[in-house]
Amino acid sequence: MNSRIKRSLAVLPVALLVAGAMGACSNNGNGTTTASGKCDSKIAFFGALTGPNANLGINIYNGAKLAVDQYNAKNSNCKVTLVQKDSQGDEKQAPALAQNLVQDPKVVGVVGPAFSGESEAADGILEQGNLPLITASATNPTLAQKGWKVFHRMLGNDASQGPAAASYIKDTVKAKKVFVIDDTTAYGKGLADQVKKSLGGMVGGTDTVQPKQTDFQATVAKVKASKADAIFYGGYYAEAGPFVKQLRAANVNAKFVSDDGVKDPGFVAGAGKASAEGSVVTCPCIPGDEAKGTFFADYKKKFGKEPGTYGPEAFDSANVFLDGIKAGKTSRAAMLSFVNSYDKDGVTKHIKFDKNGEIAKSEIVIWSYQIKGGEIVKDTEIKATS
Amino acid sequence: MNFEFLFANIGDLTVTGLSQGAIYALIALGYTLVYGLLKLINFAHSEVFMMGTFGALFAWQLVGLHENNPIPSVPMMIVYLLVGLVGAAVWSGVTALAVEFVAYRPLRRRNAPRLVFLITAIGASLAISEAVGIATGRQQFGMPDLFKTTTLVTIGDAHITNLDLGVIVAAIVMMVVLDQFINRTRLGRGIRAVAQDSDTAALMGINKNRVIVLTFVLGGVMAGAAALLYNLKIGVTRADIGFLLGIKAFTAAVLGGIGNLRGALLGGLALGLVENYGSALFGTSWRDVVAFAVLVIILMFRPTGLLGESLGKARA
Repeated sequence: MNSRIKRSLAVLPVALLVAGAMGACSNNGNGTTTASGKCDSKIAFFGALTGPNANLGINIYNGAKLAVDQYNAKNSNCKVTLVQKDSQGDEKQAPALAQNLVQDPKVVGVVGPAFSGESEAADGILEQGNLPLITASATNPTLAQKGWKVFHRMLGNDASQGPAAASYIKDTVKAKKVFVIDDTTAYGKGLADQVKKSLGGMVGGTDTVQPKQTDFQATVAKVKASKADAIFYGGYYAEAGPFVKQLRAANVNAKFVSDDGVKDPGFVAGAGKASAEGSVVTCPCIPGDEAKGTFFADYKKKFGKEPGTYGPEAFDSANVFLDGIKAGKTSRAAMLSFVNSYDKDGVTKHIKFDKNGEIAKSEIVIWSYQIKGGEIVKDTEIKATS
Repeated sequence: MNFEFLFANIGDLTVTGLSQGAIYALIALGYTLVYGLLKLINFAHSEVFMMGTFGALFAWQLVGLHENNPIPSVPMMIVYLLVGLVGAAVWSGVTALAVEFVAYRPLRRRNAPRLVFLITAIGASLAISEAVGIATGRQQFGMPDLFKTTTLVTIGDAHITNLDLGVIVAAIVMMVVLDQFINRTRLGRGIRAVAQDSDTAALMGINKNRVIVLTFVLGGVMAGAAALLYNLKIGVTRADIGFLLGIKAFTAAVLGGIGNLRGALLGGLALGLVENYGSALFGTSWRDVVAFAVLVIILMFRPTGLLGESLGKARA
């Protein structure tokens, strides 16, 4: 008896862990609005809701959620469900989740996948399932060139962002020598390569870091030795935060310029307010308060905070699918041709996709943002040069 | 191969390599202590370290020190350092003990084969890391700045900052204290006795279980110290940081000779240096390749590691 009690006590912590894990899993199911009857179409969010770069995914989820909730309020007799697939931003998780979505015939559209790396892993599977997708954030240019008919992108890609970031470094920062770093991901490397190409002879050194790396002293030593007066970093905020902290701790004061993957309060949290101050990020996304209509106010009312990076783009992406459902396009094939021929104003831009699923060149905007007093504030619109 | 860069910056690379190596070394102690005693690779030790980084963070938040607070005055800085050390050491120690009580002791009582311990260790590591991941939403947490990093001394082209110097000195002091504790005190003698021959030690009146508990606590406290230094140096923590650092620290322990305390120090510092030199020479992406290539080469010539002795035979 005694030893049995002891034994069960030993199992207790494990049981608690398992229970905790299951609780967390079932939480993921919440936040979906249940539909009934014939009106049971679903659209899906695909991206990181947990993980080191989760904030970027959560912004997108919130934007899509706002669109779906507004739609359901107006069409209470025919509600749409928003399914969420948390990829943790990890390409290894992505294929299984994509498979999962393809197998649910009620899912007619995907907002996402959020990051370029997971898009490379998942989009091919969505293509096989003929499941249309609109990404509000994955900016690697090659994604549109793989012949995926289901692929659409709600914002400019890095072939536009790269030259814009480079011209910001040349014209506004007035740097002489730029050190370019990437994080070896499809997104970070792709963008850094574009920037290198545009900067040409101004590149005074390059290096790579690894995703999930936390100790950057080798890279810091290289930047220091190069005596560059500006740094371009292609990657996400999880690594950029501690990198900038360690950079400033080594008394390197080169201007830090980075990308939309770093445009998140998580960057300031990782670097610390003091080290992050004055850093610049570029983004093919518009600031929340530049969105047309009542989006800004609606978002703020619903979530109690201002829309984050990609929030407006996600709102537009979800609305394309919602318009399709409203028009009775409840099969994937019908939805795909609906999206392909979509031609209407959204809150961020006039939405019309070309045959590769890209948004029209004339609609692409690139903004720069600056870190001031721990906040990311909009700076200027950079004219896309290509 | 970029010899020019390596030689031009050899001073700086040495300093930062040593300070990174010092953190490896402190974590490596936990692997080495437990291995020396039980011939068990405690893979959950990486999570003991990870819990320590959160322990320091919680302790700071408890006394009202938050991430973006201004840099405190010198007396307050010392107070905060001690608070962080206590927080990290307690959390790490408690985690190490929990792993021993929940995962290892029940198996030992049933005389489970060694392979079972290994799987349990990996399982415990994953369980802790995932549980913390879920509890924290896998977010990254920033650390407050306790002091401004400045260059204290410049020797040749080596800029020695207060941070790097502090990390290296603190790690070496902790090591010396531990070494003396194992070699000079009664409790330390008990640890060495059990490591040499646990049955005979038991016959001589040593409580084996108490010695094991003490060893896990010691390893945990060292990991806690490493966690504090890591927080100061790296400035962020996450639920999954233990994995990579754990592997590096385990490598350091093997490099120096697993089961040997001084070997852990030497292995840690050597690994930190090799990584830094390697990434300067071949590029940053080759850092781990170089580190492990060196490990394999050294083990070919010295299969028991650089100092290759067991804990029981380690001399004063």
